[in-house]
Amino acid sequence: MKINNVSELKKIANDVRIGIIEEVYNAQSGHPGGALSVADILTVLYFNEMNIDEKNPDMQNRDRLVLSKGHASPALYSVLANKGFFSKEELKTFRKIDSNLQGHPDKNKVKGVDMTTGSLGQGLSAANGMALAGKLDKLNYRVYCILGDGELEEGQVWEAAMTSHHYKLDNLCVIVDNNNLQIDGKVEEVMNIYPIADKFKSFGFETIQIDGHNITQIIEAFGKAKKVKDRPTAIIAKTVKGKGVSYMENQAGWHGKAPNEDEYKRAINELKNLI
Amino acid sequence: MNKFEKKATRQSYGEELVCLGRINSNVVVLDADLSGATKTNLFAKKFPERFFDIGIAEQDMMGTAAGMATCGKIPFVSTFAVFACGRAYDQIRNSICYPKLNVKICATHAGITVGEDGATHQMLEDINMMRALPNMTVISTSDDVQTKWAVEEIAKIEGPVYLRLARLSTPIIYNEKQKFEIGKAVQFGDGNIATVFATGVTVAEALKAKEELEKEDIHIRVVDMHTIKPIDEEIIVKSAKETKRLITVEDHNIIGGLGTAVSDVLSDKYPKKLTRLGIRDVFGKSGNATELMKYFEIDSKAIIDEIKNNI
Repeated sequence: MKINNVSELKKIANDVRIGIIEEVYNAQSGHPGGALSVADILTVLYFNEMNIDEKNPDMQNRDRLVLSKGHASPALYSVLANKGFFSKEELKTFRKIDSNLQGHPDKNKVKGVDMTTGSLGQGLSAANGMALAGKLDKLNYRVYCILGDGELEEGQVWEAAMTSHHYKLDNLCVIVDNNNLQIDGKVEEVMNIYPIADKFKSFGFETIQIDGHNITQIIEAFGKAKKVKDRPTAIIAKTVKGKGVSYMENQAGWHGKAPNEDEYKRAINELKNLI
Repeated sequence: MNKFEKKATRQSYGEELVCLGRINSNVVVLDADLSGATKTNLFAKKFPERFFDIGIAEQDMMGTAAGMATCGKIPFVSTFAVFACGRAYDQIRNSICYPKLNVKICATHAGITVGEDGATHQMLEDINMMRALPNMTVISTSDDVQTKWAVEEIAKIEGPVYLRLARLSTPIIYNEKQKFEIGKAVQFGDGNIATVFATGVTVAEALKAKEELEKEDIHIRVVDMHTIKPIDEEIIVKSAKETKRLITVEDHNIIGGLGTAVSDVLSDKYPKKLTRLGIRDVFGKSGNATELMKYFEIDSKAIIDEIKNNI
């Protein structure tokens, strides 16, 4: 069921963020920063944009999503649980020894995960493969691929960008989660990947720049991308790492760190007060 | 063995891909700007809509194939072995083997028999890397008939496969009626002086050695190990029990290749001394392929010398 109401989507995005904190806190391990920054985008994709069915996760003509920045797995799992692919209770098993919720997404373990990711830079190639297969089979599904901004430092991303353009993959939409931080610091200080939109434009992409936390802008961007013909689209989404949890926002230190009990309570409190 | 008719396994691969393309519409082929050398151009001519040149971008090619496999395609991916396994190892590991995707990596120009291009293009570690990956099946074919069987067979099994192919033309060993099975080696002769385990281009050399030695009443057996993983443990143990000496010969580094795979089985199941002929932990070099086989002592003469000098 497609949800069009913006405030309802905002509420779901907040539930997704609560799920992310539950996962990382219970695991005492994981990557909250980049999961929180991509939460709004993933919420819009799974609750508004993508043609998917949680009751029929392997549907042939479903839209596909490749979370190339696989370390944001808590966000993907939380969205899938909120959507009903599996129970929200399972989120608490994240990263534990008997859990299906591996540290990075495993397509064979979790229904709704379309591609196994974790080693950065590889997702766009896989998304291209899915888009090419769709064209070959004359199916009209769309493929979404979420890249981190630091991830753009991987050379394979640009090999893949050439392929997306060369094969005119207008059924492909890339979203760059531009939260401006990677493990060692600000992206422009570690290895400057700017200007991002110009790079994708020069590789033949239609580019759209948005605020990645503005639900209306996210919905509109996907709408525009669908109308583009004969070339792929890249949405550059300006985001805040750690978005929604005050002490995590814009802090590279929260890339891969779990909150302690006090921090956990504060985070949940803050998020619940936002609803 | 047909002494007069020779063919490179890459040629057999290209020809059989066309047959496979006809009977299986899910088969797609990807190449990285080497389709003339890997012979995937034969498929490209017949089925242009199912052929994808990804350009000189092997990492992207592996990932693209992985994505196609998630949608039910059976991608056959080709380039030189050095670029397939070396350049794109992490992509093969994380995007293909870990998710157990149905991608067939058919790498040509393996080993020193690449010849004149020299060390940068002579892949001597691929068996080692590919057999260490969980979910991967590793096949290394020795002639035209076996390669055509392998191409057809690997399309039927679900999961990643590495097929190691050669540039050099080598004798046609088998007749069309020969039956093969993945994981079941083929034994030639039943002499008890030595067993020579060979794979790929060295199988014909081992058979030549066997024939020469027979003239001097020295009887050995040759085992064509076309499947490196899963390896035929039974034939290794049987050979260890029935023959005096065990020798492996391969166009690959002696570290991690066929020799290591055989010694893994021996140390587990039937400890016995094994002599490994192969490239002795050095890089290759330019030269004519036949000269290089002699230089690196993986030709029939090296096998004969090894056996005669140690009787």
